[in-house]
Formats: sequence, structure tokens, C-alpha cells
Amino acid sequence: MKLKFRMMFLTLTMIFAPASLAFAGDAAINSGDTAWMIVSTALVMMMTPAGLALFYGGMSRYKNLLNTVAMTFMAYCIASVLWVFIGYTLAFGPDVGGFIGSLEHIGMHGITVKSVTGTIPTYVFALFQMTFAGITVALILGSIVDRMKFSAWLLFTALWVIIIYCPIAHWVWGGGWLAQIGALDFAGGNVVHINAGVAGLVLSLMLGKRIGYGKETMFPSSIALTGLGAALLWFGWFGFNAGSQLAADGLAGSAFLTTNTSAAMGGIAWMFTEWYVTKKPTLLGIASGVVAGLVSITPASGFVDLQGALIIGLVAGVLGFNSVSKLKHKLGYDDSLDAFGVHGLCGVWGALATGIFANPSVNPNGTGLLYGNPKQLMIQAISILATAGFTAIGTWAVVCITRMIVGGLRVERDDEIAGLDNSQHGERAFEILIS
Amino acid sequence: MKKIEAIIKPFKLDDVKEALNELGIQGMTISEVKGYGRQKGHKEIYRGAEYIVDFIPKIKIEIVIEAKMVDQVVDKIRTSASTGKIGDGKIFVTPVEQAVRVRTGEKGMDAL
Repeated sequence: MKLKFRMMFLTLTMIFAPASLAFAGDAAINSGDTAWMIVSTALVMMMTPAGLALFYGGMSRYKNLLNTVAMTFMAYCIASVLWVFIGYTLAFGPDVGGFIGSLEHIGMHGITVKSVTGTIPTYVFALFQMTFAGITVALILGSIVDRMKFSAWLLFTALWVIIIYCPIAHWVWGGGWLAQIGALDFAGGNVVHINAGVAGLVLSLMLGKRIGYGKETMFPSSIALTGLGAALLWFGWFGFNAGSQLAADGLAGSAFLTTNTSAAMGGIAWMFTEWYVTKKPTLLGIASGVVAGLVSITPASGFVDLQGALIIGLVAGVLGFNSVSKLKHKLGYDDSLDAFGVHGLCGVWGALATGIFANPSVNPNGTGLLYGNPKQLMIQAISILATAGFTAIGTWAVVCITRMIVGGLRVERDDEIAGLDNSQHGERAFEILIS
Repeated sequence: MKKIEAIIKPFKLDDVKEALNELGIQGMTISEVKGYGRQKGHKEIYRGAEYIVDFIPKIKIEIVIEAKMVDQVVDKIRTSASTGKIGDGKIFVTPVEQAVRVRTGEKGMDAL
């Protein structure tokens, strides 16, 4: 009995020791928050080379699957290195005119193991933000798979992170002008989804359609992979949204609740819409609906209540289905895996919905239209237009520079027909013996 | 000697094989083929993009037999491969000039 109590005491001391040590060393660091943010960072990291790679890879044609996965991996690698070198300071360094961060922390200069942001170490904050830069640029490739030169993609990624992502992240989260006018974006509706969706649309228009688009059959290589990818995205999204509270507290829990609810509603809504319109409930539709629901709740997750989340997810599923199956064919652009249709348009809906459903009893920092603040909807509209406008023009410029330096954006015609796995990488995704 | 080529639904292969075994047919060659006739293809929809799948997977059985057995074998294949629904397949019969067993060099009926 005595021994048991002693063991319990020892265990308890071990649990609380790090916390008390942290408080002794630096009053601002909270070990619970820090632990949650390290986990969240790892969760969001997984969304890119695992979640998105499978989600997109499964939708690519069998001959381009590895190219899609390789582009996703490299987007994360390049964003990681650039972020710690220059991205972090451009986005979160001291504000310069509301537009960009200064170069004070270039190469993480001046940041040490003792530096604190909020209640967590600055290193953890910077890494958490790094995973967002990585996934944002990787999302763009959904618009352009099956045809872009690998070297062009690498250069585009590097330029885009610095020239487009960092300023917009600064505007919204780094104390820039959108933060100053009161735009609400809890976890990245503007910064991540509208930004990536619009950039994808611009890039796909500049690249042109795939050979045979609209005439040939273009079967996804494996909807099973896409389903697993969507599941990993969903899992990681808890870090993405609940982690964006930057603390392990009640609001993080609320963001977790709204995130999961909206995702589930999105999946249900897309499935029933598709079932009604095209007579079959597809797994691709269910997986896409979940992602649409997640995208839409992203900016709203820390501001809205459960009812808000239900409506946001419901609308996201219906909107997503119509944008990829109707709007895209009507307008005739080849957004191969629907980065614009799912992330761009559902991101816009999420940003507007934040201005409608933000409930001050959930988070006092946000009051929406339904709670007597119609001005918020206006501010949200301004933030959407500013983000979309900046990323459209900026992406166009980045693509022009890329085209000039690497000499063309697209692979050769024969290489595209043979498939990018073979022509760009000399590999194949599957070894299938056809008898 | 006659060669019988039968194109059948893949899931009917075991039934046909057993039926032919009953007649004492000692071997066959099969291949996985694709094609369409009256059955036509089917439609698949991915995020609203409709693709018509024209060529449907089938199994092609090839056997070479004594000429006098033809009617019996054809009948057996037909009854065992039939489901009564469109897409059950077709059977073709052609004459064979010669057969040689690779191992021994036996020719004609002895090689079958």
C-alpha cells in the first residue's frame, strides 16, 4: 500500500515537474499549450506529404500518380527550407506598413530556445506556421497535375511561397492591414484556401488544358487512395483548426467540435446532392464533400457555434458539388483535381460564413451578421477580394518569371501522352502484368 | 480437328471448365480480353465528368477438339455459360489443319 502511494506521488511529480520547471525558467511558457502545439504541428505536417499526396495522387491518372506525389513532397520540402530562412520573418517579423514583415528574423536570427510567442516557444509557433505555408503551395498543384514540367513546379513553388504566401499570411495573422481592419480568419480561409484556389485557377489557365481534355476518358488511378488521403486530411485538420487557437483551451475544443461537424455535414451533403443529380453516391463525392466541409469551416472554426458549423458544412457540400460538376464544365477551364472548385469557392463561402455566423459568446473577438454586426460581412468581403486579387495578379507574375527561367511550363507533348511518371521521373506507380 | 473459341462472362469460367471436363476435354487456353457487342459499355461519373466504358472485360477460351465432338462441345459451352442476359458472349468454330505436341513431336489427334 505504502509503495503504491509512493509510486503515485512519484508519477505525479514527474507529470507536473516539466510545467513547474518551465514556469520557473520563463513565466510565459505554458507546457500544456506547448505540448498541444507540437502535436498540432506534426498533425498539419502529415496533411501535405501523406494526406494531400494520397488525395491528389488517387485522382491523378495511373501514369501521373508518382509525379503528383513527388510534386506534393517537394512543395513541402521547399516551403520548409524557405520558411525558416526567410518566410517566417516576412510573415511574422515586425510589421512594415501593414504589408509585410521586416527581415529582422532572417534565418531565424534573434530567436532562441528562450523566445516566446503567446504561451509557446517561438520555434514551435514558427514550425506550426511553416506547415501552413507547405500545404498552401501544395494545394495549388491540384489544378495542374498531368501536364506541368517538374522543374517549373519547383521554381514556381519557391517563388510563390515568398512572393504570395508570406505577404498574405502577414496581412491576416502577422498584424498586417487585414488584421487591423478586423478581418476574421481563424485558421486560413483566406491565407490558405482562397489563396491556393485562385492561384491554382490562374496557373491552370496559363498552362492550358490537358491533351484530350473533354474527349478522352481520364480515370482516377485509385479512388481508394483518395479516400485514405481525405481521411488523413480530416485527421490532420484537427491540428490545423484546433491548433490555430495556439493554446490547449476551451476554444481549441470548440474549434475541434465545429471542424468535425462541418466535415461530416459536407460529406453527407455532397453525397446526397450527387445521388440526386447523377443517380449514384460515389466515394469520390463523399471524400470531396468532407474536404469541402473542412475547407469552409477553416476560417470560422474558432468563431462559430455548433449550429453555424452544421449550416456551413451543409452549404459547402452542395456548393462544392455544383462548382466541380457544373460550373467547371460550363466555364471550360481544366482545373484537373478541382483545387479552385473545392478550396477556392468553399474557402470564399467559409470566409463569408464567418462574417455571418461568428458568435461572440464563443469568441468575443468575432461578432457576425446574425449577432447584430453586418459590418463584419463587409470586412470579410473586402478580405476575400483583396486576397483573390493579390494572388491572381501575383501568381500571374510568378508564372511569367518561372516560364522565362525554365523555358516553358509544360512537358513535351509526347511526354504528356506517355505519362509524367515515366517521362519526368523514370518510374512507375504500379507493376501490373496485363495478360 | 476443329478449334472452338468461346467468349464468355468472366465469372462463368469455372462452370464452363467443369462442364467440359465432364465431356473429357483435357485442356484449354484462356485469355482475359475486352470487347463489346450488343451489351455496349457502361457509364462512370467522376465529379460530374462522364466517361463511357466501351470495352467490357471477358474471358476467351480456346480449345481444339476432334471434329465429330463439335456439336456436343458447343452445346455444353452454351448451356454452361448462359445466364440468359445480354452480354453472355459468342462461340466460334474454325477448322484446324495441324497440331503438334512440342515435347514429343506427335502430330494430329495424338497431339491433342
